[in-house]
Amino acid sequence: MELQTNVDGADVHVHEHHHDEHEHHEDGFIRKYIFTEDHKTIAKQFLILGLMWAFMGGAMSVIFRLQLGFPDFNLEWLRPILGTWINETGKLEQEKYLALVTMHGTIMVFFVLTAGLSGTFSNFLIPLQVGARDMASGFMNMLSFWFFFLASVVMFTSLFLETGPASGGWVIYPPLSALPEAVPGSGAGMTYWLISMALFIVSSLLGGINYITTVINMRTKGLSFSRLPLTIWAFFLTAIIGLLSFPVLFAAALLLIFDRSMGTSFFLSDIYIGGKPLHHQGGSAILFQHLFWFLGHPEVYIVLLPALGITSEIIATNARKPIFGYRAMVGSMIGIGVLSFIVWAHHMFVTGMNPFLGTIFMLLTLIIAVPSAVKAFNYITTLWKGNIIFTPAMMFSIGLVSLFISGGVTGIVLGNNALDIQLHDTYFVVAHFHLVMGSASFFGMVAGVYHWFPKMFGRMMDDKLGYVHFWATFIGVYLVFFPMHYIGIAGFPRRYYSFSTFDFTKSYADLNMFISVAAIVTFSAQGLFAFNFVYSIFRGRLAPQNPWGSNTLEWTTPRVPGHGNWPGAIPTVHRWPYDYSKPDSDKDGFSDFIPQNIPFSQTPHSNFENENELIAKQEGKNAGGNQQHHH
Amino acid sequence: MLTVIFVLIGLLIVGVFLLLFRVQSLVTILRDTDERGGLSNRINGALMLLVPLIGFFAAVYHYPIAAKHFLPEASSVHGKETDSLFWITITVVTLMFLFTNAALFWFAFKYQYKQGRKVVFFADDHKLELIWTAVPAVIMTVLVLYGALVWNRAMMQEPPKDVQVVEVMGKQFAWQVRYPGKDGKLGKYDFRLTNDATGNEFGIDFEDKNSEDDFLPREIHIPVNKPVLLKIRARDVLHSVFMPHFRVKMDAVPGMPTQFMFTPTKTTVDMRASLGNPNFNYELACTEVCGKGHFAMRYLIVVDDEPDYNKWLAEQKPFLEEKPEFKGKGMKSLRKKNVATNEEIKTKKDI
Repeated sequence: MELQTNVDGADVHVHEHHHDEHEHHEDGFIRKYIFTEDHKTIAKQFLILGLMWAFMGGAMSVIFRLQLGFPDFNLEWLRPILGTWINETGKLEQEKYLALVTMHGTIMVFFVLTAGLSGTFSNFLIPLQVGARDMASGFMNMLSFWFFFLASVVMFTSLFLETGPASGGWVIYPPLSALPEAVPGSGAGMTYWLISMALFIVSSLLGGINYITTVINMRTKGLSFSRLPLTIWAFFLTAIIGLLSFPVLFAAALLLIFDRSMGTSFFLSDIYIGGKPLHHQGGSAILFQHLFWFLGHPEVYIVLLPALGITSEIIATNARKPIFGYRAMVGSMIGIGVLSFIVWAHHMFVTGMNPFLGTIFMLLTLIIAVPSAVKAFNYITTLWKGNIIFTPAMMFSIGLVSLFISGGVTGIVLGNNALDIQLHDTYFVVAHFHLVMGSASFFGMVAGVYHWFPKMFGRMMDDKLGYVHFWATFIGVYLVFFPMHYIGIAGFPRRYYSFSTFDFTKSYADLNMFISVAAIVTFSAQGLFAFNFVYSIFRGRLAPQNPWGSNTLEWTTPRVPGHGNWPGAIPTVHRWPYDYSKPDSDKDGFSDFIPQNIPFSQTPHSNFENENELIAKQEGKNAGGNQQHHH
Repeated sequence: MLTVIFVLIGLLIVGVFLLLFRVQSLVTILRDTDERGGLSNRINGALMLLVPLIGFFAAVYHYPIAAKHFLPEASSVHGKETDSLFWITITVVTLMFLFTNAALFWFAFKYQYKQGRKVVFFADDHKLELIWTAVPAVIMTVLVLYGALVWNRAMMQEPPKDVQVVEVMGKQFAWQVRYPGKDGKLGKYDFRLTNDATGNEFGIDFEDKNSEDDFLPREIHIPVNKPVLLKIRARDVLHSVFMPHFRVKMDAVPGMPTQFMFTPTKTTVDMRASLGNPNFNYELACTEVCGKGHFAMRYLIVVDDEPDYNKWLAEQKPFLEEKPEFKGKGMKSLRKKNVATNEEIKTKKDI
């Protein structure tokens, strides 16, 4: 199997088609690949659309990094792509610079790291790892993708508007986002942004309800919550967080729509713009920020938790060692999930919010550092005395842990309100969240792709290219974001088109240039990944059934699982997913792992005492057939 | 011509890459590389140690060069305190960063795959979990308490009676400043009175007697070692007052006045001398994205010693002296005018 060449692969492929035609139970092209209800295909749809957005969002950052690193550089050559966004002098239009920054943020946070990450892996892994034939509602799942697709179409269209897409920052604070007089992007562009996000929220809720229902109701026999893989715990908690927080953003967006189009004054008051006073009175611009960050902060964990879940799984598998502190990992994820709802105002220390409230939110914010630290220590301990195989997925997971720590510790600085006075809205913040949530989550997503690619497409990605991709990206990300802290400490504000106006921002031109070069190289290195991804779908080596020697249920399915995932009965789960290198087991080295579906009775040597006690119960249960098991 | 050559070179590079890739993957297929812990694993393992080490030494080498421009010298009372807190916090988190990353990459290197290595089945240890829950918790508590102390001193003080009030208003894309004049009281304002055409950019209500001596200087002057209370507002979109040297930042919000009190500790002249830079100026910048000109909202601040400040104050002329036509005009007269206009429109319609 492992030595099969592409010729063999082609043979198998032909054979499969033949098989399909014969049985006449397969759906047609449209039902199979477009309006599909199969969770695996929906996952791939999320992944491919998410990756397309990732490249677009990345390209945008390269363009504005050119402006920041090389302010005198003539961008005339970009006119074929950017059109009038480049002005007569060959410079990026100032308002379009803001549009690029805004779109980069929106795309990366929502379309790539929410839909592309959570959408892909929750969809792909939840049914496969809990032992279900599909999601609780395949139809809702299909709608979830197509709402995301619609949201994408609307957002993409807004790029081509004459007045440009939304340009008030991804946080779209009113009044800037409410008044077309303030910035052209707040005209039609902002309307498109709001419509797109409303559709996106619908998509996210439809998906979330499905994930939660599936995890609660459709776990296979024997798969108690205490035996769930940490991936599933992460997706489950992420979905709950999303379900509770996205509606608040929806409310904020709706009220903003009212303010923009129907003359209400939820967020607007006392405004004089364009040479005349507006009629709005009594609204509060700060109210919007409270609503926005009530989603916005949990959103950070919506982005991060799935990546951490994926990492837990990959690190345990490739260290050939159980994840350290399973219960502590679950506990800290629950802790992070709960705390994520009560820290939002740390984004607002200097908005004029009551300073006493600032102290409360600092306290709550720094508490969240504790479960995060526990997670980091547990990852590190999992590596200790392991037997580590550096697959590309493993390397990206180790990279994630490093980035999570490096970006996390600066959160301790920013979460301290006294320090936030100076650092708020400087490049220190940009560096912090790009490491801890941007890069770390992106690493989680890429690790997930490398790890589950064989199950998604039945073929292997090239690992050598994967290694080069990892080292280029890992080094690149540090070169981009580490020096950015320095620029922030020097007080450089965010979202500045140019640093030539102020004396205090005259330094660091060289460092900004360096960051831009690093960003361009890092972005280019993603081409390796794109090539590897596309090439391997069609020409990659055929995957063995369980290439990484992993314990979870998805690796018990056929090479390319069909509709319904398992051709025969769904496997029963008998143990937790981390029985790697158990003492006294019959095997050793790489082969020393016991998948979740192997009963304890088959592994008499390696069982612990309490597990031996379970044998009797398990056998009794099997004899009892479908009878419910009482505790 | 040059473009063609570039394109050809690009195609050549891509071609070579594809060829190499194909050769490599064919070789991989021929040589069953599924043996774990092969050459690739050893190279990656070595890099897990080398790359972070090189990164560490590069950062150490570069640090003194970069650090020259860190935190511009603090010249306010609370700024000195936040700076000490900043450096203490940075020291703590840098140690955490180094310690954990070192462990991560050392383990990755040390425990790379070896056939026959005995893996320790180490799934849980309550004592360890307790330690690394408690230690960060204690560190956080200390930082929270220290931070709360500094924050309260900076942000929660009652302004003294004789505080120097300065009103700062953000608009697209400039700052404007108003001083209360001799009476020490700022006059009322209303956004409906704002009118760029006539010159009342602040929307000052001149029916309020306190407005009569208010003046609008071209730059901010503040006395050294005396508390200054910034009354901050915006008239169109959000802005944010940022004075990097004073460690001052506060959003300017339309419809919701905010404030920030600080005490400057060094005059501009002293600062120029101590920095050896005769062109040094204190600056005011905007840190909340507000549109096209966000990056260019520069305003100058001058810290004077007492005599210089009083001299400057004496030179300032009330706004009404330059624009006497505003005298006595405010909300009441605006309402009267609006009623009159409405009646006029109504009468016209009736006719």
